[in-house]
Amino acid sequence: MVDEDAVRASIIEAGLRASGHNQVTIVHDLNGIARRIAEVGPDVIIIDLQNPNRDMLENLFQLSRAVQRPIAMFVDRSDKASMEAAIEAGVSAYVVNGLAENRIKPILDMAVSRFNAYSRMARELAEAKSELENRKIIDRAKGLLMKSRQLDEAAAYNLLRTTAMNQNRTIADIAQSLIVAAGLLEQ
Amino acid sequence: MSLHRVSAAFMPLTDSAILVAAAALGFAEQEGIVLSLTRENSWANVRDRMAVRHFDVAHLLAPMPIAFNLGLSPLAFNVITPMALGLGGNAITVSGSLYELMQKARTSNVLHPAAVGLALKTVILDELTFKSRKITFAVVHPHSVHNFELRYWLAACGINPDADVDIVIVPPPLMPDALAAGHIDGFCVGEPWNSIAAQNGIGVIATVKAAIWKSSPEKVLGVSKIWADQQPQALAALVRALYHAAKWCGDHENHTELARLLALPAYLNCPADVIESALTGKFKNADGSVLDVTDFFVPFARAATFPWQSHALWLYSQMVRWGHVKHSAANADLALKSYRPDIYRAALKPLNVALPGANSKVEGALTAATAVGASAGGLVLGPDGFFDGAVFDPALIDAYISNQRA
Repeated sequence: MVDEDAVRASIIEAGLRASGHNQVTIVHDLNGIARRIAEVGPDVIIIDLQNPNRDMLENLFQLSRAVQRPIAMFVDRSDKASMEAAIEAGVSAYVVNGLAENRIKPILDMAVSRFNAYSRMARELAEAKSELENRKIIDRAKGLLMKSRQLDEAAAYNLLRTTAMNQNRTIADIAQSLIVAAGLLEQ
Repeated sequence: MSLHRVSAAFMPLTDSAILVAAAALGFAEQEGIVLSLTRENSWANVRDRMAVRHFDVAHLLAPMPIAFNLGLSPLAFNVITPMALGLGGNAITVSGSLYELMQKARTSNVLHPAAVGLALKTVILDELTFKSRKITFAVVHPHSVHNFELRYWLAACGINPDADVDIVIVPPPLMPDALAAGHIDGFCVGEPWNSIAAQNGIGVIATVKAAIWKSSPEKVLGVSKIWADQQPQALAALVRALYHAAKWCGDHENHTELARLLALPAYLNCPADVIESALTGKFKNADGSVLDVTDFFVPFARAATFPWQSHALWLYSQMVRWGHVKHSAANADLALKSYRPDIYRAALKPLNVALPGANSKVEGALTAATAVGASAGGLVLGPDGFFDGAVFDPALIDAYISNQRA
């Protein structure tokens, strides 16, 4: 497993182990990768597509064909759908020729679904973070309004909400503009 | 005019200029094309995403479509080359320490590939360091002109690229770091990576593609064959848009603006002055000295966007030479037909611009810039010579291939 994202790599590793593949090696640093591959003698190599070293790795596999270690890309000619899914998920796999396809497919399917789950998780985390940020911003804007306009909290929020609706923007947007404007006025 | 949506991939290199200019400066729009660009980080990603039709067209290494069509890639799909994206643009950079050794071994202080190659050969033969380990060069991809021109240069200077040196693959953005860390002794790569290494004192530009083979091919517009068959009008409009963009990129007056555009985070994301080197041919070394290279990168002049079938065949001859594919009449024909000057000609016909009279030329026949009898007049080609004086006549490819293997 070649992945610079250590968390994602361990999620894939857990998945592989859960499905009975207990010889998993994770590589983060690509220096000396040729020697590592020769030592480990993998059946399948899984790599994330954001890794700029794919061209280098493919060349290694190509060269190793000359020394009787033929490796070809699994997501290949026959199976466009699983290739599409793998690319969408951002993962690719290379296998040593000869490993039965029915053994590889579940591995790739697992990698794809875990890559997707991981991106979903990362996205949700980012959304939660920005949600929290928004709430803080709205609270600050409410405070500003309560102070400058002598409003209570519910009225301040209501003012933000109706302004947002009238301008077809989000409440957080309006709150942000208000904070920026207040900052300018103070200066 | 109906709008055509075209999705294109590019790698963050200076020679993506024509595609970037077409998308960002309105050349695509003028031809009714909505050109959306996606930056990729490996040629393998560009290939895979093209195969599943995320991209209709892409900025590709010139040998890649030929390799795809010959079945040398892990994926079976066809890509055609209806247009080139400029001539030249690469350099060979070596580490400071290797350069010093080469300087001791040479008499003249010029970029001439023969003199530089002779110095390198002397270093390989005489230096004790290189008795215990081979000099290692990096290129960006096995199916790249970088690989072929580096090997051509070494072989013509009496250095066996397979036996006397190691050649490895390193992605372009990692080249300067690999050189600085001592993992490699030199590299052949496109810009801005030679300039970045030179300006930071990591390496010295030893020689350039424009001197190894003048007016030589580098990147091309690779087009998914399925898409080209389905959308001939969109493709023709795209070729016209890119032709106009190339003309703009080739104008000296636009180089500063072009460098600023390419420097943006969405494109190359690096300092504009570094990018300008490739456009002006003036390279700054860390010691402040400036290297001035004639025709380092030619985006438009001298039919720089014409897809010469003789280029396709020469690239094929090098695939045979270095063992990628066996020579046969059928394979040579597949390589030849990967390039589609017919599409280029038909697309540009309405513009009534000067086009070459033939689809192939004898590479190395023109020793100076020469006005040729083109269809609309006013076209200058060449010089297009190899540094060793060899000539590639596509009509005599069998003899060329058997001689180079000897």
